[in-house]
Amino acid sequence: MATEPTGGEEAATGLPQLDFSTFPNQIFWLLVTLVVIYLILDRIALPRIASVLAERQGTITNDIAAAEELKMKAAEAEKAYEKALADARAEAQEIAAKARAEIQEDLDAAIAKADAEIAARSAESEKKIAEIREGADAAVVEVAKDTAAALVAALGGTGSAAAIESAVERKTKG
Amino acid sequence: MDQFVPAPLFGGDVIHWWTPTNVTLWMAIAVLSIAALFVLGTRGRAVVPTRTQSVAELMYGFIYKMVEDVAGKDAVKFFPYIFTLFLFILFANFLALIPMSFSTTSHLAVTGVMALAVFLTVIIVGFVKHGVGFLKLFWLTSAPPVMRPVLAVLEFILFFARPVSHSVRLFGAIMAGHAVVKVFAGFAQITAAAPLAIVGVTAIYGLEMLVAGIQAYVFTILTCVYLKDALHPHH
Repeated sequence: MATEPTGGEEAATGLPQLDFSTFPNQIFWLLVTLVVIYLILDRIALPRIASVLAERQGTITNDIAAAEELKMKAAEAEKAYEKALADARAEAQEIAAKARAEIQEDLDAAIAKADAEIAARSAESEKKIAEIREGADAAVVEVAKDTAAALVAALGGTGSAAAIESAVERKTKG
Repeated sequence: MDQFVPAPLFGGDVIHWWTPTNVTLWMAIAVLSIAALFVLGTRGRAVVPTRTQSVAELMYGFIYKMVEDVAGKDAVKFFPYIFTLFLFILFANFLALIPMSFSTTSHLAVTGVMALAVFLTVIIVGFVKHGVGFLKLFWLTSAPPVMRPVLAVLEFILFFARPVSHSVRLFGAIMAGHAVVKVFAGFAQITAAAPLAIVGVTAIYGLEMLVAGIQAYVFTILTCVYLKDALHPHH
């Protein structure tokens, strides 16, 4: 290192770092520098950064609290909505049940009325059928009597009308 | 080695203690850079920071956390002092990497004064806070009683070796790095070796950027460790 060309007269040999003649100068300017940096930091920069960081922390905390509150509100709103939905559903079910009951009632009444009408009509029909049947039976007897009388007359037989009638009646009832 | 020689800025041969020299110039540039970052950069006081403000805040947070974690919560009142040392070393180290600049932290006078300042701070704070109890720092109660006097002597020697290692580490790392760059640059004058030398200079320069940051970090964290001894001398 001694072979290196040196610029300063004081450092003719050896390391410039070990040239004690420049020490007071360096130490003086170092102390000035450190004091200036310390004052800049302590008076201006650090309080400013600390306040900014504190403000940011506060903002973040507030935002988180606000978000928490909004979340709670949202949960509440959801609960209210669910409740309204359930109420509406129950009401709808009630209305439907009522409507169903009313319809059932109407239906039952209509069925009963129809049943009654059907019963009345079928009774009337039966009566008419019975009448017709009776009429038919009488007609058969009449026709048989007439036919028998005619047959008797045609075969040259003689018989009283009363005897023929009683004979026919006996046969048809038999 | 002429890159390390302090020289008067405005001519003349004699360096008085007050003479403005290249030391003065580059320390002033460091001060201006720090002021630019920490005063101009943070003047917006924005809750959502600008990039420059963000850098300043990151450095603040990094060192603040280091002081709190390493030296303890009650060491926070020394934070401006430690931050001053950190920023000066960091900026001086990086400014020293500008070609033709003067490396203030490559001087034993500079690192020695800073290490001594830390050393004296530790001793003064230790005795003010704990009185004679500060000497318990050398009395390891966790060791077997027979060993304690021997260990006390060792601890005592180690304690006084601290400012030496503290200052020589920084000055040595910076000076050696710059000297190596200079040696590689010297080889670049030989045509055959020039490509290798230029690659070497580039590589060492990259390494030196790493060293510049790491040395500032190491100086600061050791300051915190020493300060912890002053505040809590009981092991």
